Amino acid sequence: MRNVIIFIRIYFTFFFFLLLMGLSLYLLFSYNKYQNAVYSEVANEVAGRINSQVNKVTYYFYLKKTNDSLVHANEMLYNKLREDYSITDTTNRLVIDTLRVDSLEQFRRFLFREAKVVRNSVSQPNNYIVLHRGRDQGISQDMGVIAPNSGVAGTVIEVSKNFAVVMSLLHSQSNVSGRLKRGGETGNLIWDGKNKNILLLKDVSKSAKINQGDTVVTSGFSEKFPPGLLLGYVVDIINDKSSSTYTVRVKSAVDFETLQFAYVIQNLQKEEVNDLLKKVKSK
Amino acid sequence: MSTLVKNIVRFCLFILVQVYVLNQIPPLNHLVVPYLYFLFILWLPYQIGRRSLLVLGFLLGFCLDAFSNTYGLHAAACVLIAYIRPFLINVLLTKEEKELNYNEPSAQSMGLVPYITYLTILTFIHHITVFFLSALQTGGWMYFAVKALFATAVSLVLILLTELLFSRKQRFRTNTAQ
Repeated sequence: MRNVIIFIRIYFTFFFFLLLMGLSLYLLFSYNKYQNAVYSEVANEVAGRINSQVNKVTYYFYLKKTNDSLVHANEMLYNKLREDYSITDTTNRLVIDTLRVDSLEQFRRFLFREAKVVRNSVSQPNNYIVLHRGRDQGISQDMGVIAPNSGVAGTVIEVSKNFAVVMSLLHSQSNVSGRLKRGGETGNLIWDGKNKNILLLKDVSKSAKINQGDTVVTSGFSEKFPPGLLLGYVVDIINDKSSSTYTVRVKSAVDFETLQFAYVIQNLQKEEVNDLLKKVKSK
Repeated sequence: MSTLVKNIVRFCLFILVQVYVLNQIPPLNHLVVPYLYFLFILWLPYQIGRRSLLVLGFLLGFCLDAFSNTYGLHAAACVLIAYIRPFLINVLLTKEEKELNYNEPSAQSMGLVPYITYLTILTFIHHITVFFLSALQTGGWMYFAVKALFATAVSLVLILLTELLFSRKQRFRTNTAQ
């Protein structure tokens, strides 16, 4: 101990220099926009690399659950294949299009890209998911992210070259527009930070008939998610007598704890819609 | 005028000149910003303690940052040259020379060549730090080096002008005079 104190006393000027330098750099990186952006980019990339190494190990613990969820997703997709339907009407004949060029491609609105989850938290007041896919692989800010069971997981808020940080639904600032599948009433899905599986659907009109277990899906009003993606299932209703709307407690469809794969959704027509809105606003 | 008052006046003048005169000049070829304010640190007396030197460097940089709204940028560069200055003086001067003869670094007190070396090295370090921290990338080593060298040259010319315009008359220090 004595030696440590002597050491510090001998090099006190040097430590003092480090202190002032650290203070200057702290000011530089926190009060200047450009430097701050570069810093967060580099920090994101480095942290992402470390996380992906750690995930290589933890991934093994979730192999079984991941497999199950992927099999389910496959099953769902198989059931949507055109070959599964036979049409009795003899005037219609089923022809399988063998043309290379997909004529529907130009009408495509949403493009899905798979991404590996390298880091994920559920127990913080604000939770983030890190994906191993970044700007170089076509991810940009404000894209929606879903889990393999087509349940909404969150929104991309920060991208670096090879990694993206996703604000999970379990975040105090997360806000997704939801709709009751049965009645069609809309509301805003937020998280109150208390329970890691329970979300709150706010501002649902009191005319809605809501039962336990009803499905809540995305409304399609947001440009991030296509309509009809799973959000969760109704648990119960908090009836606030003083307000004219219901607040519904919803069990989230995604199991955030075991999330290993995700799909990032790109809205290909987003620019067109935004340009149109801008034109209207400038009038 | 006592050393303290003289240096306080200098501090204010350097900051004001840097902010309201030199920073108003559009950068030559988007390349060279003329810097002069850090001369304050180079002109501080030999006797000043190393820690007070660091504090003064930080204050100087911070004041300039407050005016140009780049918090921490010039402060970091100034703290760095304030830290290096005593080592450099030790290398360039023998102990007796600097303690006995004059108050502060100048061509008169150090000799012309050591003084110019002293100015050039610290100016160069200051500029490299400022440029690197403001861009956080080099943009090619050649470009970076050329930019720093040009800026150093411009700063040295400015320092020369300052020395000629405001000649610092230094008394020869004797035991009785101080």
